[in-house]
Amino acid sequence: MSAPVIAIEYVSKGFVRRPGLAERAAGLVTGGARATAVQALDDVSFAIAEREVVGLVGESGCGKSTLGRIVVNALPPTAGEVKFRGAALATLDPAARREVARKIQMVFQDPMASLNPRMRIGEIVGEAPRVHGIVEKREAGAYVDEMLARVGLDPSLRNRYPHQLSGGQRARVGIARALAMRPAFLVCDEPVAALDVSIQAQVLNLLMRLRAELGLACLFISHNLGVVEHIADRVVILYLGRVVEIAPNAELFRAPNHPYTQALLANAPRLDTKKRRFAPIAGELPSPFAPPAGCHFHPRCPAAMDRCRSERPALREIAPGRFSACHLNAMG
Amino acid sequence: MTVSFESVPTPVPARGSGLLRLWREFAESPVALAALAGVALLFALALAAPWIAPQNPYDLAQLSILDNKLPPGAQSIDGLTYWLGTDDQGRDLVSAILYGLRLSLLVAATATAIALAIGAVVGTIAAYFGGIVDAVIMRIVDIQLSFPAILIALILLAILGKGVDKVVIALISVQWAYYARTIRGSALVERRREYIEAARVLALSPARIMFRHLLPNAFPPLIVVATVQVAHAISLEATLSFLGVGVPITEPSLGLLIANGYGYMLSGLYWIAFYPGLALLAAILAINLVGDRLADIMNPRLKR
Amino acid sequence: MAPLLEIDGLKVQFSLRDGLVRAVDGVSLAVDAGEVLGLVGESGSGKSVTGFAILGLVDPPGRIAAGAIRFRGEELVGRSEAELRGMRGRDIAMVFQDPMMTLNPVLRIDTQVVEAITAHERVSARAARARARDALVAVGIASPDERLSAYPHQLSGGMRQRVAIAIALLHRPALVIADEPTTALDVTIQSQIVAQMQALCAESGTALIWITHDLALISGFADRVAVMYAGRIVEQGPVGDVLGAPLHPYTRGLIGSLLGGGAPGAPLAQIPGLPPSPINLPPGCAFAPRCPRADGTCATAPDDTAHPGGRTVRCWHPHAALETVA
Repeated sequence: MSAPVIAIEYVSKGFVRRPGLAERAAGLVTGGARATAVQALDDVSFAIAEREVVGLVGESGCGKSTLGRIVVNALPPTAGEVKFRGAALATLDPAARREVARKIQMVFQDPMASLNPRMRIGEIVGEAPRVHGIVEKREAGAYVDEMLARVGLDPSLRNRYPHQLSGGQRARVGIARALAMRPAFLVCDEPVAALDVSIQAQVLNLLMRLRAELGLACLFISHNLGVVEHIADRVVILYLGRVVEIAPNAELFRAPNHPYTQALLANAPRLDTKKRRFAPIAGELPSPFAPPAGCHFHPRCPAAMDRCRSERPALREIAPGRFSACHLNAMG
Repeated sequence: MTVSFESVPTPVPARGSGLLRLWREFAESPVALAALAGVALLFALALAAPWIAPQNPYDLAQLSILDNKLPPGAQSIDGLTYWLGTDDQGRDLVSAILYGLRLSLLVAATATAIALAIGAVVGTIAAYFGGIVDAVIMRIVDIQLSFPAILIALILLAILGKGVDKVVIALISVQWAYYARTIRGSALVERRREYIEAARVLALSPARIMFRHLLPNAFPPLIVVATVQVAHAISLEATLSFLGVGVPITEPSLGLLIANGYGYMLSGLYWIAFYPGLALLAAILAINLVGDRLADIMNPRLKR
Repeated sequence: MAPLLEIDGLKVQFSLRDGLVRAVDGVSLAVDAGEVLGLVGESGSGKSVTGFAILGLVDPPGRIAAGAIRFRGEELVGRSEAELRGMRGRDIAMVFQDPMMTLNPVLRIDTQVVEAITAHERVSARAARARARDALVAVGIASPDERLSAYPHQLSGGMRQRVAIAIALLHRPALVIADEPTTALDVTIQSQIVAQMQALCAESGTALIWITHDLALISGFADRVAVMYAGRIVEQGPVGDVLGAPLHPYTRGLIGSLLGGGAPGAPLAQIPGLPPSPINLPPGCAFAPRCPRADGTCATAPDDTAHPGGRTVRCWHPHAALETVA
């Protein structure tokens, strides 16, 4: 088996907010101002093979966006490392790091916010390839046109500004911008979440077509299981910064192992032609500032045991290619 | 709570340039339009001064000291009508005002433009890097802004000496900090936006991100500040000249003309200070009105 | 029995600098007491504006240009602001997508709930607070006393929305209008809130208009559904019938582009083109430019045609009722 294109190894990320000068001064009187820390990611490990699409699923606060930013090197991990084709991103010298940075690109969630409102579309797509020498200056115009056509946009849009485009068109520009860098790996951070349903289908079809044409590997971040089921080869489920399950697409949806995955699937809206009684799992999403001890999911888990309250379950391989972090798997 | 039209999706404008819409909104206020016309007129007069002024008040050879302190409407020996009278040097006041306006506007506009450029760059750098860079720069800005502008200008001119260029330098030194602070605030907000993050993921250099992405988007508030600051600069230069530390006496700006005529007010020779004062007032008022209107229409625009 | 709410030919228009926006262009629907109606559409379809119009929340430059809204037989359009204010919260309540449209960020929760109570009833402060506590318990908030003393920013998004719902249901209104209340929430929390609303409405006989873009969500708990496109209702009827055998090509296209239906990896059925700009609505059927069944007749706008089973469609070429979704 060839080396994975992206290997995420024991990545953890903590955010600490240290008290400011005023708070510390006040703390002298009231008895100590503490730094607030949140563990956004806790010991996350998985790999993405060449030409593979891995879906990363979780609800808000699970850390999936943070992980996406760590993979594109926009954020440094607190512990662990990310390796691109075997080379750890952190150990590269600045020149090599720039080179690798171009190979790993990102498609952002909000198409309006991720495009510079004062730049024309042609410039948005063509600036970085020109600056990095991916394309010669005199060929840049034709290159941009090719990229726009590839994502299904009329090249005449290159002179427009983002606010003159529709949401779906802006999403496509974001994809074109990432593709223009000729990346080997794409991180898609909820690329269709901000779009209307009928436009979502269009953009997803585009992504699938591009994947088939270009053979890109991709980390597809989404909170929408329906979207992930459609496009991913393997799926990673994240809960409060920890990986709780990894499985190939078909198997995950056919027979989810972890109770959280089961809850997610049970609660995902499905088209029903008759009424159903919603029977959701109880409990609020815990605050990342004060996660439950042991297994993070135990307060909401219908099958929680004593062991779950104190001992964190390890991510264990329960079948070839299937991993789950649940004490239930250790019994019998 | 009510729904405003913002909840209706904005129709995609076909090819409307932002500038055109800015103009249409600006033009909705008759006062602002009149003020803009006034500013345009003043600038036109000032630019055309060498061609339309009856005499060149800076050319001492053209002046006749015998013609000094003539009231408005008086005639010179050559048949030239002094429409607004002459000052104590024999200068035709109409020409003096035109040339004075020219100098005042030139000094103010130049100083504002350069201060804007410096302040914008410094403020953007502070906002982009944050941390210690931001802290140091902002403390310098704070210290500068805590001193009265006139005091800094006076001290600088005392060191540098007299002259038009020295006045410009003094005005720049006084103004840049205001722009730096304004753009830093707006750049701090823009810096958190996703398109800046996208530029970083594209591995663009910090310089390019700062000046090609961040600065253009953080810039709009400065336009409003600049229009008002031009008016400030005009009045500051007038004050300095009035105090005698500004432009040289042979090349009077409006402030110096006022200073010259000030002493004659009580003797009944009101025109020597009055008409230059009126011109100064008109210039500052018109520019302020334009700046006010710009501020009004640009505010909701910034929310986009 | 007469319906609780009747909307007849409602038109809401916004006079913008660039032109006239026909946000709602002739909407007619009815809601019976205790019924759950799903109002489905994408952005720009006019579904939210319809909801706001019922409560008289449309402000200039928008106005109700035509049509009638009858609640319990009484006309609402043209009522004075004072009369409408008396009805809001007591007879008709609204839940917004962003709970912070209901909640004031600088006031504590108990202050706000008590305020909502005393706006329509005269009760003592102690009694009001007790009722506030009960209201929070009723929407499934554990440890209500803690939540009452908290400020909105100290609560999670799901919790805030629950408080907003509690406020909406305080006076047991006959009708609740919910404008995408769970769109911004996680899937597991969304299910909880839907379950709560389902139970509460069933228990108190409250009618519910649930405005959403999520067809799948509405399919599980609405009695009837109305699909909106470009300011008009293109199809309405019992939810099982509309979703099982849609008549309008747009409804069919929407269902087809939903995920979870087709085989993974296969291209999704997509509706080509873009929704029309609300400022320049083409004459005739608004969906015609994107419709696979459009022809010359579609240049004139279709009217509502009744179909068996309490269904209406606005289309010249509806699918036959017997064609099921492929």
